[in-house]
Parts: sequence; structure tokens; C-alpha cells
Amino acid sequence: MCVSCGCGGGHSHDHEHIDANKIIDVEKDILQQNNLLAERNRGYFDAKDILCLNLVSSPGSGKTSLLEKTLTDLKGSAPFAVIEGDQQTSNDADRIHATGTKVTQINTGKGCHLDAHMVYHAVQGMKPEQDAVLFIENVGNLVCPAMFDLGEKYRVVVMSVTEGDDKPLKYPDMFYTSHLCIINKTDLLPYVPFDIEKAKENARMVNPGIEILEVSSLTGEGMEQWYNWLKVKQQQAVAV
Amino acid sequence: MHELSIAMGIIDIANQEAAKAGVGHFDGIELVIGELSGIEMASFDFAWQQAIKGTVLENAALEIIRPPGNAKCLECGHPFAVSQIYDLCPVCQSHFKEIISGKELRVKSLSLD
Repeated sequence: MCVSCGCGGGHSHDHEHIDANKIIDVEKDILQQNNLLAERNRGYFDAKDILCLNLVSSPGSGKTSLLEKTLTDLKGSAPFAVIEGDQQTSNDADRIHATGTKVTQINTGKGCHLDAHMVYHAVQGMKPEQDAVLFIENVGNLVCPAMFDLGEKYRVVVMSVTEGDDKPLKYPDMFYTSHLCIINKTDLLPYVPFDIEKAKENARMVNPGIEILEVSSLTGEGMEQWYNWLKVKQQQAVAV
Repeated sequence: MHELSIAMGIIDIANQEAAKAGVGHFDGIELVIGELSGIEMASFDFAWQQAIKGTVLENAALEIIRPPGNAKCLECGHPFAVSQIYDLCPVCQSHFKEIISGKELRVKSLSLD
């Protein structure tokens, strides 16, 4: 019996009948829809020489503070834009907005990560300028966002010295897929049992190619290196 | 719980295949989920049971093939098994390696009895 229309066969249909015991070889990547949209986003960013960065970390590592400091210090040096991802509230977007930067908030609701489809719509709405630097602050979570390409040029993982120095080993997928690791809150190093050399060694064990910067977004220590990193990457984005 | 997003992605693929084949359900599905893919199987099973309700996969027998992690050392060329993404080459202790298998995440087949 045809499972679609319930007929016994023997007459013509506008749909094809599938043989009983049929196996369809699908061989499709489960993330293909996300990856396809991520490539569309990437193509849009490339065409407009936009440097897009995906900032990931556990909650409370200081991603938003790092962005606030960056956007305030670098104001006027490039057109900046920010997409904020959180489960609920527009608190982070409000903080970014206060720096005078163009910002869009995505609330994922029950979702634990941003995906390329959400970013696609956010970008359609915000229309970032030519040559912009677009920061996407992902949902604070070191597990789920690792699998979802958003179309970013670089993935930046932020960890802070109030966390364990074994974070890279506990959440290897995120460190494996990141290009840059920022170790934040270095002003607290004298007060916490965080071994920064061990943390760097652990990050490189997971990802030997990862770049590492040590900063304090509170005191500004080390921020110059981060700004230089951004400047170099932005020049590369515009040059190609 | 990105496993729920993964389950929803599988259902999308099954819906597309069902429309193509002109069928209203499937009796079986084979997935390939590598051991280094970042999927927590207990979470996946939980998400799966919830996600398939009322879909073309509701009564489909689920079979999961789990390719183990394998890598090739980029320094000495030695092939070796990887259980964690940061495992070293057992011969030369290098961290530089190419993952050859274990990252798979795909729908292999759908079937009808």
C-alpha cells in the first residue's frame, strides 16, 4: 500500500512510489543547513570587507566588559558593530549601546547557542557598514556554541583567571576550533591560584596553533596587544 | 543541550527525504556520530525521544554508528587512536595532528520496511 495516499497501487500519481524495504542513502551532514547559512554570512562579510569575530566563553569571563573597553578605547578608529547573544534580557546590548556602538540583541530563549540562521537575520536587520568590525558575543557556554559556525572569520575564546587553568582540557572542542585565546582578568592573578603558564600549555595542547593574549579589561593591561591583533586582522580583511 | 538542535536538524533532513520520496513516515534511520563529534549520547537520546514525537521519525528504529577517533601525526606521520582531542602522538609526543575520523555527524540512511 502506498503510505502517502493509502492506495493499493495500480494507478498513476503525482508522487513517486517508494519500493517496500527500500533504503534511501542520504549521506547528509546534520549541520549542513547551518554550515550553508554560515558560508552565506561569510560571503557577505567578505564582499563588504567586514571582519567578523565570534566571541565565546563560559558565563562571567568578561566578554561584555572586554567589548565595552575595546569599543570605548577604539571609538572612531573603525565602524564597529555588535551582535549580542543571550538566552534572555537585553542587558548586554544596553551596555554596548551605551558606548555608542550599533548593536543588535538576539535572545535565544531556550537555546544554548547562536546559529548561522539567527546571525543571518540579525545581519539583515543591522546592515553593518563596509569595512566594519563585527563582534558576535555568543551565549556564555563553552560546550554548545563550539559546533555552530556562524560565518565568522575568527573565533575568539575568552577565559578568565578566576576559572580553572584546566578549562581548555575540560572543554577541548571550543579551544580546538578557536583561533585566539584571550586570558582576561589578569589583575586578579595575585589573589587566585591560577597558573597562567599551565593554562597556556593546556590551550596549546588542545590546539597548537592557537594565539594567546593576556589582558585585564578592568585595568587596561595587555589591551594594546589585543588592539594590535584587531588592527592587523582588519587590515588583512580589507586588503583581500 | 545542543543535542536538541542536532535532533531537529536530523528531523529536517528526514522531512526533506520524505517529501522527495512521497512517504509519510520512516521505519528506520542510520546515523553516523563520531566519538570526537562533541555529541553527548545520553543528552542526545533524551533530546531524540522528545524531538521525534509527531514526526516522520516517530516510530523509526534508530541505529547509530560510532566511528572511533583516529589521527595522523603531522610531525612523524604515525597513525594513532585518539580518545581526547588533545591526545599526543605516542611515538614523537607531538601535539600537531590531523584528525582522520571521529568527527562525523551525518544521516547515513533512511528506510522503510
